[in-house]
Amino acid sequence: MNENILHITNGSCVKLAEIPVLAYDAFRATTLELLGDKARHCASYFAYPCNDDLKLMMCIADDSAHDILVYACEVEKGARLASAAADCLALERFEREIYENWGLEFEGHPWYKPVRNFFPDKYKFFEMEGEELHEVGVGPVHAGVIEPGHFRFICNGEDVLHLEIQLGWQHRGVEKLMLEKKRLIERVLLAEGIAGDTSVSHSTAFATVWESLCGYTPSEEVLWARTLAAELERMANHTGDLGAICGDVAYQLGAAVFGRLRTPIVNFSQRWCGNRLGKGNVRPAYAPYSFTEELKQQLLKDLAAYERDFLEMCDKIQHFPSVLSRLDRTGVVSTEQAESIGAVGMAAKCAGVCRDTRASHPYGLYSSLDVQPVVKTTGDVLARTELRIDEVKQSLAIVRKLLENMPAFDGKMQSAGTPEAESFAIALTEGWRGEICHCAITDADGELAAYKIKDPSFHNWMALALAVRGNEISDFPICNKSFNLSYCGHDL
Amino acid sequence: MISLLLILFSALFFNGIIGRVKSISAGRKGPGIMQPVFDVCRLFRKGTVYSEVTGPVFKMAPAVYLASVLIACLCVPFGSKGGLISFNGDFVFFAYALALGKFFCIIGALDTGSSFEGMGASREATYSMLAEPAFFLILGSLALMSGHTSFQEIFANLHPSSPMSWALAVCAAYVFLVLAMVENSRMPVDDPKTHLELTMIHEVMVLDNSGIDLGLIFVTGYLKFAMYAALIADLFIGSLPIAIGIPVFLGVQVACAVVIGLNESFTARFRMNHNPQFIFTLACIALLSIFGVMLMSGKLV
Repeated sequence: MNENILHITNGSCVKLAEIPVLAYDAFRATTLELLGDKARHCASYFAYPCNDDLKLMMCIADDSAHDILVYACEVEKGARLASAAADCLALERFEREIYENWGLEFEGHPWYKPVRNFFPDKYKFFEMEGEELHEVGVGPVHAGVIEPGHFRFICNGEDVLHLEIQLGWQHRGVEKLMLEKKRLIERVLLAEGIAGDTSVSHSTAFATVWESLCGYTPSEEVLWARTLAAELERMANHTGDLGAICGDVAYQLGAAVFGRLRTPIVNFSQRWCGNRLGKGNVRPAYAPYSFTEELKQQLLKDLAAYERDFLEMCDKIQHFPSVLSRLDRTGVVSTEQAESIGAVGMAAKCAGVCRDTRASHPYGLYSSLDVQPVVKTTGDVLARTELRIDEVKQSLAIVRKLLENMPAFDGKMQSAGTPEAESFAIALTEGWRGEICHCAITDADGELAAYKIKDPSFHNWMALALAVRGNEISDFPICNKSFNLSYCGHDL
Repeated sequence: MISLLLILFSALFFNGIIGRVKSISAGRKGPGIMQPVFDVCRLFRKGTVYSEVTGPVFKMAPAVYLASVLIACLCVPFGSKGGLISFNGDFVFFAYALALGKFFCIIGALDTGSSFEGMGASREATYSMLAEPAFFLILGSLALMSGHTSFQEIFANLHPSSPMSWALAVCAAYVFLVLAMVENSRMPVDDPKTHLELTMIHEVMVLDNSGIDLGLIFVTGYLKFAMYAALIADLFIGSLPIAIGIPVFLGVQVACAVVIGLNESFTARFRMNHNPQFIFTLACIALLSIFGVMLMSGKLV
């Protein structure tokens, strides 16, 4: 059956006609068979309207063969289909999303819990019966400056038996706006705003999709600038998270030092492109901000100062009993759990699942950089903390390597041209949280007919819900912070 | 009388000093030493918001809480000069005056019916309960050592002259200091700075209090710190003249605040289920000191 499937590489564009269309039964069987292999996971699965009907599009990333398997299925509106999620948990949220957006029913789906369209007065939360059990509801309005999300715990005393996470409070309709807004700059700005802390990686995914739709190959320095910006983004966010983890265990020294160390990195971004989060730094077809020799010297100086303090502080928290006792064996995600929910990025790598787009589906300059993914096996908060530390060290090496081969920038504005008609393009990028997937489909006039965004948090929120089971409720904040998933990236 | 005035005076600065130590060790500019007092003044100028589901207990609780700690402060002597309330066995009265305040604080929290506050109340009740044996055992050993049963007489006859009374004074100082940290829900048992309700103990219990009520609860916290530090100072003042006693008293207050501040700067807080063990170590130390005193005074063998 595999000959019926189209194999493409990351960042490529194909004509819609080349994508095989299967009958739903074959589509479902193929999906289940493909996902039976642990090297594959579902990168994106979505529906879009096509000639009065709906077309399901499945994109499965194969990490060992370094390609993406794409196939489709045409179904009528309002059809009732057999659920694949009943046999493969990783598809559960994708099917819920399709049901919510297009009304397709999946028979045998475990639970049609709302993904984004959540109405508190109509919804009944999961309940458990028991004399000793009590419920604690947290959010959507929180005490700190964090995004809205509702967490409902069912506890036995201090122990959490079950956590239900309800998101959707930040739904802005980004995918719809992508189609409505016709100017390229508007679309780039939308991509940057999908998740503000991941704006470089999301806008890189958008730019890659757009360039491949237009058949444009960006020049070396454009890819160089994107790679550098993405690694700086990773360093800044990981450092900030390490500070927040220290803050959550009330280790003031760590919180103060890591909090301070994030600043020079984001300030460098400000110096380079005028925005601390790297907004405006990635545009389709060209690099709007040249990287000069002066910037290079500044960055090398900043990194030297950063590295010294960073390594000292990391050494401290990795050997400090009172911090370790909070992190060790807290919020464990097992390898089986991570595989079954199709976790990506940090949530997968902390539990022994090697899933890093930079290595498995290299894009930009990563194919020449030979990134070896950092993988931890214990799946606890400590694993996610050490993963961040090691990834920052890795990013430092990558950034230094990039700076050695700095290309010349001409600073000229370029245009990618216009998208080809009836095409499909896909781009995977490794944001600091994990794999980001953008898919675009054009119609007969070369206009966008569908745009699908998938943030790593879409897979990984389930990992958090599983991680806190059996933990103390007072350890939830530290578990949550160790994942630091995106609310707006999920809610779109 | 003099002890009460000194406690009230130290309470003004105690939390401010902790805050200064923390911000200096974090390399921050930080708030001034009087910030806690300004906070309370600000709260006193504000109105109070009551949830519709709360009853009179909730409104009463902060006042009773403050009153109980004030009454307990009246029992604290200044070395050999007695407190305003002084009688044989007054330390039992002291402990249960504090417990009464805590009891009202807990039922006030339960009165809100919020799951957060219930959670906080249950934690606070558990830790207070675990801390109680330590207090009585250490005062028992002090009473045994001095042969008296009121604060004033205990401290008057305990002036550290022998190595044994020094050892006991150090043990008692440690137990009182950690008790102050537990009773005030400070690190390493609770984190007063966190914004995460699920990990809080004391703060989550007073989430629904606002305005003047919250101000009263803050004042009570400051007083409690100064009161425990006064007990520690008493261990060393004994029958020293006032002119030396007052600097010693204030020195001990500052030292306690600095130690608490340093502890909060350079350690992480405990995982919640390690707290009972930690609090029990206090009772163990107290138990060891009581055995030590019994052995030395020949009461055991």
